Amino acid sequence: MNSFKKNLLKKRYNAERRFQWYGKIAIGLALSFLAVFMFQIFSKGYSAFQKTWIVTEVHYDKELLLIDAESPSKDDLENADYYDVAYKAMTSLDPGLPEEEDRQLIQMVSYKYEAEVKDLLLKNPDYLGKIVPIKLTASDDVDQVHKGNYPRDIPEKNRRVNDYQLQIYDMLNERGDILSEFNISFFTSPDSREAELAGIASSFMGTVFSILVCLAFSFPVAVLAAIYLEEFAPKNKFTDFIEVNINNLAAVPSIVFGLLGLGVLLAVFNLPRSTPLVGGITLSLMTLPTIIIAARASLKAVPPSIREAALAMGASNMQTTMHHTVPLSMPGTLSGTIIGLAQALGETAPLILIGMVAFVNTIPGTPVDPAASLPVQIYIWSESAERGFVEKVSACIMVLLAFLILMNLAAQIVRHKFEKKWS
Amino acid sequence: MSKIKAENVNVYYGSKQALFDVSIDIAEKEVTALIGPSGCGKSTFLRCLNRMNDVIEICKVEGSIKMDNLELNSRKLDVVRLRENVGMVFQKPNPFPKTIYENVAYGPTIHGIAQSKEEMDQIVETSLKKAALWNEVKDRLDEIGTGLSGGQQQRLCIARAISVSPEVILMDEPCSALDPIATAQIEELIDDLKKEVTIVIVTHSMSQAARVSQKTGFFHLGKLIEFGPTDKIFKNPDNQQTQDYITGRFG
Repeated sequence: MNSFKKNLLKKRYNAERRFQWYGKIAIGLALSFLAVFMFQIFSKGYSAFQKTWIVTEVHYDKELLLIDAESPSKDDLENADYYDVAYKAMTSLDPGLPEEEDRQLIQMVSYKYEAEVKDLLLKNPDYLGKIVPIKLTASDDVDQVHKGNYPRDIPEKNRRVNDYQLQIYDMLNERGDILSEFNISFFTSPDSREAELAGIASSFMGTVFSILVCLAFSFPVAVLAAIYLEEFAPKNKFTDFIEVNINNLAAVPSIVFGLLGLGVLLAVFNLPRSTPLVGGITLSLMTLPTIIIAARASLKAVPPSIREAALAMGASNMQTTMHHTVPLSMPGTLSGTIIGLAQALGETAPLILIGMVAFVNTIPGTPVDPAASLPVQIYIWSESAERGFVEKVSACIMVLLAFLILMNLAAQIVRHKFEKKWS
Repeated sequence: MSKIKAENVNVYYGSKQALFDVSIDIAEKEVTALIGPSGCGKSTFLRCLNRMNDVIEICKVEGSIKMDNLELNSRKLDVVRLRENVGMVFQKPNPFPKTIYENVAYGPTIHGIAQSKEEMDQIVETSLKKAALWNEVKDRLDEIGTGLSGGQQQRLCIARAISVSPEVILMDEPCSALDPIATAQIEELIDDLKKEVTIVIVTHSMSQAARVSQKTGFFHLGKLIEFGPTDKIFKNPDNQQTQDYITGRFG
């Protein structure tokens, strides 16, 4: 081998080695971005799954409750006045505090503390007249202090928790009267203006309903369109035009679909604003091209020999399609559908336009009740300044990601498990 | 006796003419072999006989093809009924990705041939026996047809084709994807089947044509060059081109 040839060979090997390194670096970069992103989300968000309680004692004094009856009925308990009892439960933490300063103590628990006092008695009517310990939801400020998210060593006027409140907090903490438990209410409560009470139940149900409506509208339409275009329609300029437009539809920015939903579904058809019904239909417009493209691709992937076999047996076009082609294409179509729905799941802009950004503090029971959705909830919370909402944003992202990962996993399983092999 | 009579058949793919004035008489309960180099139009002609060319949009067929005095090349013809009477076996085995039983039962099901489950079982068994596959698969009828070996798959396709008792079976190079042993089995099968069915077979194997057929047609560049008894074509052809092709001087 002469030196020229040797050099050429060496160059070729070096080029390949360099190319492999570029690839590895690219993958490494992508993975490290993902890792940074995940670390950010988890480190900020994990604390949202913890809830802080303040334990105190409450005296269910019949006189203060304004209950006259000897053995009060459920209604009596329901209609009793809990203001004073709840107030006393909190102020008893520091009996020496002058009355005009009492707000400082009351502010340490959520504004719903009176309802919590009431709920405990309604659940345990035999507490009437007794002094019992009670857990009250700590305010988001105390919550953040407990989680160590608020610096304590800055000047008092820059802090949301003043020196007095910190002193009470330290006292309670020493006594073991500050509890930290798994935050069930994050999953069971609707949205709230108060960070310590806000949950994702409303937006989660809104997302579930939107996705179901989206599936119900887009799947049948898309599959029928794909079957017709792929198996029956003549191949001419007009069907080419339709195909180009379907592909264009898949590339239209989602906010445009939101405007369409606003202009047509709300303004013309007068469907109820802010509901998963409208959200789902709007999202189905986006999902439609994705499913059509996936369904057509998987119909195309069915070998023509199967069609020929069925036709040669005397099956009609319709029978060939329904008995053979469509069942064989279903795994691909279904996984395409799930991926389309997963895209719709993360969609925010069109939902904001059709009003699913409204503050909803009820949990929707049907698709025509007002609701938010998970990505919109993230958007709403990220606009709030309180530290309590910052961790909620990350926690909500985690829930959304878990939802997405589950759906993509389902798509993978459908594809691999139900795909039939042909020779 | 003539089963299929084709007269002046011309086939066009768009502007390209694939067959030129092909006229041929296919005799009943005989094996007719169509030979010729690739692209000579023999498969195209075969697909005229069960109207499979309908699938190709740009394909246009002219001329007359009569089967028992029924004009096949007519718009009014019901292709579903025609294909019930004219079965087809393809080059590559193409069983449905369903069970062996379902593969054979598909034709009888869509044509409403069997009245009961017992009758269907009977049809499946008879068809598989005729296709010489029964003994190999009788214990695993509910296994997927595509899991069989290549030769078994092709015999399954033949069983599927004969399940609706067709009068004619078209075979488009049925052995080209098979090994010599499987090929021998299929050839034996063709010999058995011809007692009941008219068979038209397209093949690239000269020796196969000589072994299985009674009549042979030689196609070249879309024209039927010579057609006659197999013995004559192979031993003493009239045409020089046929002679050259058979002796391997071109092709």
